[in-house]
Amino acid sequence: MFERHKVTLLAALAAIFVVSRFSGDIGPYYYQIILFIGINIILAVSLNLVNGYTGQFSLGHAGFMSVGAYAAATFTNYASVHWLGMLKPLGSFVSVSLLFGIALGLGGLAAGLAGVLVGIPSLRLKGDYLAIVTLGFGEIIKVVIENVDALGGARGLSVYAVYTNLFWVYAAATVTIYVVLNIVHSTYGRGFVMVRDDEIAAEAMGINTTKYKVLAFSLAAFFAGIAGGLYAHLTQYINPEGFNFLKSVDIVTMVILGGMGSTWGVVFAAVILTILPEWLRWLSERPFLPHWLAPLLENRMIPYSLLLILLMLLRPQGLFGRISFKRKHA
Amino acid sequence: MIEFVQQLINGLSLGAIYALIALGYTMVYGVLRFINFAHGDVFMVGAFAGLYVAPLVMRFSNGGPSWTGMFVILIFAMMICAILGIVIEKLAYRPLRNRPRLTVLITAIGVSLFLENFGQYAFGVDPQSFPDLIGDHAIDIPAWCGPFTDLTIMVSQVLVFAVTLFLLIALRFIVTKTKLGTAMRALSVNPTATSLMGVNNDVVISFTFGLGSALAGAAGILISIQQPSIDPLMGLQPGIKAFVAAVLGGIGNIPGAAMGGLLLGVIETLVVGYSDVLHIPPGYRDAVAFFLLILILLFKPTGLLGRVEREKV
Repeated sequence: MFERHKVTLLAALAAIFVVSRFSGDIGPYYYQIILFIGINIILAVSLNLVNGYTGQFSLGHAGFMSVGAYAAATFTNYASVHWLGMLKPLGSFVSVSLLFGIALGLGGLAAGLAGVLVGIPSLRLKGDYLAIVTLGFGEIIKVVIENVDALGGARGLSVYAVYTNLFWVYAAATVTIYVVLNIVHSTYGRGFVMVRDDEIAAEAMGINTTKYKVLAFSLAAFFAGIAGGLYAHLTQYINPEGFNFLKSVDIVTMVILGGMGSTWGVVFAAVILTILPEWLRWLSERPFLPHWLAPLLENRMIPYSLLLILLMLLRPQGLFGRISFKRKHA
Repeated sequence: MIEFVQQLINGLSLGAIYALIALGYTMVYGVLRFINFAHGDVFMVGAFAGLYVAPLVMRFSNGGPSWTGMFVILIFAMMICAILGIVIEKLAYRPLRNRPRLTVLITAIGVSLFLENFGQYAFGVDPQSFPDLIGDHAIDIPAWCGPFTDLTIMVSQVLVFAVTLFLLIALRFIVTKTKLGTAMRALSVNPTATSLMGVNNDVVISFTFGLGSALAGAAGILISIQQPSIDPLMGLQPGIKAFVAAVLGGIGNIPGAAMGGLLLGVIETLVVGYSDVLHIPPGYRDAVAFFLLILILLFKPTGLLGRVEREKV
């Protein structure tokens, strides 16, 4: 009745549910890092759909994340006050799950919609131009949120409910990986890869390249929105500056390190790059280090930027990437 | 009316800064066909080079403002930036010369992040006040100017404009009359052909980076004279806006970049100055450039003066 992949998915979800029952034993610091790893996996795997499989370089992923975060947070801020009481008869577990599920769904849909709106005009552009335009859209989303008073403006928005837990994060991450893996092995996935490998040839073969690009873009935005919703209900406070250009670069670095077009490589890179800053911070506090080195390690962007440069010089396909980039036409 | 003229003057002096930075983007794009993301941060390094050398230079004028000192600092910052630009090109971009553009773009983002964050480490995170190099004050406008006496024109605004104009003319001379400039233009048309004609492409590309970065360094000093303080992230916004200016004028086109910079400065200042009339909150200032960029790329991707380039299979 079920295909093999679906069995794997259900088994993974069940395993996550069981493990999450024991999450109380993990210290709060490590628990938080584990949750951030999960959220970053969702962000990186979804961005890989655009930057890796479809070959369109987007620098605005944090913008979509912020749309999802604000949509989900606004919903629960309202619903947890006005509607949670009505759902009481269902029991607190069911009612909270229902509410949070709807909130994440809304966050994803809002971000996905933003993805379509941004994608249709900007995906007519290629390469560097697309990168700059997506960066621009990310900044525009940020500036708009900063100027909407209902969303707290530049002061940020407090989220009253802490719904995010191990189960939600890893269930969402698993579903993201599942959907992305399935899509890239479907007809649509072939379309994505074809757009990446040779857009002109794809067009000549009758592929509607714009359709595939917008699809990849909005799907990635949808998952970024879910990640945003999870993030908002974990940190309890979101502000526009938290979703700036540097956040997008963080996600892009994960995709590049893991290897564009390699889902498992990107998952690995998301884990490594979430732990790395924490480890560097730990390292910078060791007394045996010379005092000038500590601030170099604390600012994660210094090692990140060197990593980007060295990767491009030495191994542009990333740790696990196999794709060879198309060379320039002579 | 007077208010409009005032906004126009403010816009032009802001636009002159954008124009100087935009020229670097456009020249590099002309020869290498990629966006040098780190260009805005070279501009920041120029400002800091000025900050660190200023006390030494100002010792000759007993710590007070002096025009000669200002020009010495300006030239020093331009030299530092030119060297930095050439070094960046040599270390980061040259090994990737024949790689796909995306690889180079990612490297450029990496270089930009490195300069910003290493700058925070080396120069400190907090904004630092820049010394008053020229004793900036408003110019007394003679009474016969009628209503224009109400204008506030700062000495620094005139300086920015004069220096920009001089550098533009100098650049025009270098690009059109010298051998290297001719090689640069030839390279932007067909790099293979120029190397077959005996031009050393590497030298020309280094020269282009040096020239563009020197202009960014000049812009760094000029903006520091006007602004109260400088910080290691100051290159981010002007960098992106100057890029928008370069696209507005038609990327790869030198007069276009200068024009785009002035235009963007004026548009931005007018939108903010008349925000209540236009019903755009002044908070949207930084979004103006991006909206403009998106509009240009959608409706006239070649920019105002750019040429159409067809993709060949």
